[in-house]
Amino acid sequence: MPVNKHRKLSPVLSLAVILLLLIFLIVLEQHQASNRMVVAVLQKGAILAVAAVAMNLPNGFTGIFSLGMAGFMSIGAYITAILTIPTDTIESVYYISGVAGWVMSIKRALDGLPQPLLVLVALLIGGLVASLFAFLIGIPVLRFKSDYLAIATLGFSEIIRALVASPQLDRVTNGSYGLKNIPGFATASGSGALLIPFAIAAVCIFIMVLVINSSYGRAFKAIREDDIAAEAMGINLLKHKELSFVISSFFTAISGGMLAMYMRSIDSKTFQVSLTYDILLIVVIGGMGSVTGSIISAFLITASKEWWLRFFDQTLYIGNWQVPLLRTGFRMVVFSVLLMVVVLFYRRGLMGDREFSWEDILGLPRRWRRRRAVTAAARADAAEAKDGGKHDA
Amino acid sequence: MSFSTFIQHCLTGISLGGAYALISIGYTLVYGILLLINFAHADIFMMAGYFMIFAMASFPWQVAIPIVILATVVLGVVIERVAYKPLRNAPRMSVMISAIGVSYLLQNLATYLFSALPQGYPTIPPLKKVIQLGSVTTSLVTLITPVLTILLVILLMLLVRHSKFGMAMRAVSKDFETSQLMGIKINRVVSYTFAIGSALAAIGSILYFTDRMSVTPFSGTMPGLKCFVAAVLGGIGSIPGAMIGGFIIGITETFLVAFGYSTYSDAVTFLFLIIILIVRPTGLLGEELTEKV
Amino acid sequence: MKKHLAFILTAAMLILPLAACSTTPSGGTATTTAGSGSGDNVIKVGVFEPVTGENGGGGFQEVLGIRYANQEKPTVDIGGQTYKVELVEVDNKSDKTEAVSAAQSLVSSGVSVILGSYGSGVSIAAGDIFEEAKIPAIGVSCTNPQVTSGNDYYFRVCFIDPFQGTVMANYAWGEGAKTAAVITQLGDDYSSGLGSYFTSSFKALGGTIADEEQFQTNQTDFKAILTNIKAANPDIIFAPSSIATAPLIIKQARELGITAPITAGDTWENASIIENAGDDAEGVALSTFFDEGDTSNTVATAFLSGFKAFLNADKSYLEKNGGEAVAAVSALGYDAYNVALEAIKGAGSTDSQAIRDALVNVDYTGVTGNITFDSNGDANKNIAYIKTIKDGAFTFLKTVEIADTGSAETTAAN
Repeated sequence: MPVNKHRKLSPVLSLAVILLLLIFLIVLEQHQASNRMVVAVLQKGAILAVAAVAMNLPNGFTGIFSLGMAGFMSIGAYITAILTIPTDTIESVYYISGVAGWVMSIKRALDGLPQPLLVLVALLIGGLVASLFAFLIGIPVLRFKSDYLAIATLGFSEIIRALVASPQLDRVTNGSYGLKNIPGFATASGSGALLIPFAIAAVCIFIMVLVINSSYGRAFKAIREDDIAAEAMGINLLKHKELSFVISSFFTAISGGMLAMYMRSIDSKTFQVSLTYDILLIVVIGGMGSVTGSIISAFLITASKEWWLRFFDQTLYIGNWQVPLLRTGFRMVVFSVLLMVVVLFYRRGLMGDREFSWEDILGLPRRWRRRRAVTAAARADAAEAKDGGKHDA
Repeated sequence: MSFSTFIQHCLTGISLGGAYALISIGYTLVYGILLLINFAHADIFMMAGYFMIFAMASFPWQVAIPIVILATVVLGVVIERVAYKPLRNAPRMSVMISAIGVSYLLQNLATYLFSALPQGYPTIPPLKKVIQLGSVTTSLVTLITPVLTILLVILLMLLVRHSKFGMAMRAVSKDFETSQLMGIKINRVVSYTFAIGSALAAIGSILYFTDRMSVTPFSGTMPGLKCFVAAVLGGIGSIPGAMIGGFIIGITETFLVAFGYSTYSDAVTFLFLIIILIVRPTGLLGEELTEKV
Repeated sequence: MKKHLAFILTAAMLILPLAACSTTPSGGTATTTAGSGSGDNVIKVGVFEPVTGENGGGGFQEVLGIRYANQEKPTVDIGGQTYKVELVEVDNKSDKTEAVSAAQSLVSSGVSVILGSYGSGVSIAAGDIFEEAKIPAIGVSCTNPQVTSGNDYYFRVCFIDPFQGTVMANYAWGEGAKTAAVITQLGDDYSSGLGSYFTSSFKALGGTIADEEQFQTNQTDFKAILTNIKAANPDIIFAPSSIATAPLIIKQARELGITAPITAGDTWENASIIENAGDDAEGVALSTFFDEGDTSNTVATAFLSGFKAFLNADKSYLEKNGGEAVAAVSALGYDAYNVALEAIKGAGSTDSQAIRDALVNVDYTGVTGNITFDSNGDANKNIAYIKTIKDGAFTFLKTVEIADTGSAETTAAN
């Protein structure tokens, strides 16, 4: 049977694709000087893929409309940044009010760690702190229904942003001046610029997929489909919503930490509501409730936004004829129109709530043939019915 | 803080609160009927600011103000028709994403059309007249805003309580489907609701921007969120509630800034929201309703 | 069907980068120049400026200065060969986050040297990226010390804030002010830095700071903080801030009945402030880098007539510049471009590291005076011009020369 054959083939195909990707990344990493744009797009794509999958977990799989992403990202980003900024240059970053003593002692304690380990520890601490916040915030907020939950989580993300920027925390977060000198992904020699973010992203997404496929994941989906029925079946609503929210926040914070490493300098304005909306755009276009959809759309949207469609923002001449409409801001108009089109006419997005699978891809020709046959048959039926109608008349 | 400084702060706060109140009525009406946070309302308010800039460029203010109100109403109604009506039977999350999408689109469109550079808001001469009250100096708009707000709210309440349309509106907000069965033209009621909300947002925007003198594509976002919080605070669906919520938020914000806590002025608003949702989900003046929060 | 589409798109995603390896995307508009016959020799110069956002107006004036310089000198000789200078412009939107991605797109477009920016915050944010890519940047009017400090690849052609703060404190003291109020923008390195340098100098002179107020970026309502300032009743107000904020502060202060003179730093020399604040702007004083009326410098007089003709040739330029008045930042932009050209000539190569090494030794006399760099990469400048707004125009008041930031010497203008 063809389907069976496909099932045997798919692990092989997946492995081949992963290998190809790995080789591609290694080769690209060695030639990054001449391909900075590609490298930047892939790095940002990997980061946003983690954020999008993490946003999908409560929004797409559990049916909790949470808009607090930017807040959790800022927790992760600030913690990662503070812990990884080299201790010898940190004074120049906090040049206005100085570094708090306890921050310095934590940094000194961690100084012994080799750089890659330090980054990992920083990301994990960021994730854990964000989870703690999410847990506490979740207790009151997750009781609310959809819109109120959305606006309350959005409010919390704004509260976190205000706290980060507050003059009272000047010596910890450098207040509203932001942090700079954050080390990037790559080591001094430039290696790891792509492999490190991709590896972190892969591990994060893999763990989230495990969660989704576990019994907890099934409970999440049950809550999404019908929370009253789920409760009647003995699923503890609050506990599962809390779990989904906390796990999502953990990985959101890790993606925030990666974003800080990608941007090299952050401030509280990086984490405005618009960042949440950007991730929401990715999730909606990829399909609410599809992990692969989120990943594909994260890369697609980043690439088009940062690179392929950049020409939308520039006046363009073909010969002497100026292409109309193209000027600063047009790119974002195109994106917002795209979002509206998806929301209004194509509500399932790229993948709906299904996942990418080789079986579907390989089964496509067969299914097309079948569909063509079916439509042809339907057409014939319709024609016949029409004819029948004529006869009657 | 001396007495005259205190009075000055109060005036600023009440005036800001008045503008907030007018905007939050738009949220409260729409939420009352469609159970939708109209995220785009904030950007309708922002667009009204730009409309005024263009209207004043070619007309005197007496003509410009009605033009702006009309244009804003058209914008609000068109948005409802295009972005919300097709999703009437869709899950609530989709409608809300659509609202966020419209808001995103309006901001980007404004950036594209008018550039992200702040644009100076035109001066409406009578509103800008500076008056001296003892040791307190202020412009007329500061005094007019609260008065106008209260007048409009009374007018709107009369409309809702005593007109046929108001009755239809109340019926729709009580039970969407049943009122449809009873022969109420739902779509017309929804359109009128958006029209009223947008008109008030336009008036609010004139008062708000006259005091602040510059418009950017993002100048609607924060006031918009705050006004939604004001609507929840006062009790969603309640018009006087929205007004009281608007005043509370406006005055709180002014005093926070005055005491040097400007960083927290946005955060405190959201803290209000969460506290009110926990303590009294129906808001200060809201009716007892099931399945709202 | 959708899956099929998704697959094709993913495949495209993977293939396109490979295809694009040969055609490096350019991150901005290239001003094409008539200089033909130079073959394919092109050297790219990045322009890193805000054209939108709160400082968009001033950033554009700098871009104008740079574009004019490029029009005047569209080519450069490197090792006997003529290279066409291509400007790659990006907009950092006066926003630190946008600045990072704008800087990355500049670096990836393969520029040899970068000019900009207006505003210190964005320059500080992008500094790491330029340093890492080993591309030298020449700051045009970013005056905060942090821009160049600890960054071997950042230079600048303007004076710095400790100097400017001292100048303005001396001016205030000289005007007879004994108490001052300072308004600064939270999170803006330029504003808070300049504010604190003013505060310390003013205190050192014997004055008292009656009130210090801070506001948030994009705040448009200053009534609450201005009410506090009114209560403190200072002799003078120092409010270094962005162009967009300036008219709001000025107008709202006058509306509340505050009569104390308002002063600020270099950012306020922008015609849109006068346009938006109207009569209320009269009497505002500020320090800046250059004065149109100074005829002693021949480079400057040539620049002025050339630049005005350049402005008049394009209506949109004239409109965005707010008339024919030449802003100091345009002059600085012009100087920065020429300094870059000097360095390229000195390096004899398009290699950015070589250009960086040549920049250290540049000695160039430009519109805003002689430019050499100290060990930090800051221009050795010790002269500032004080201007005031009079009859709806910026009017030269006096120059202030300070040998080191400790002592001041004021030369009154005639």
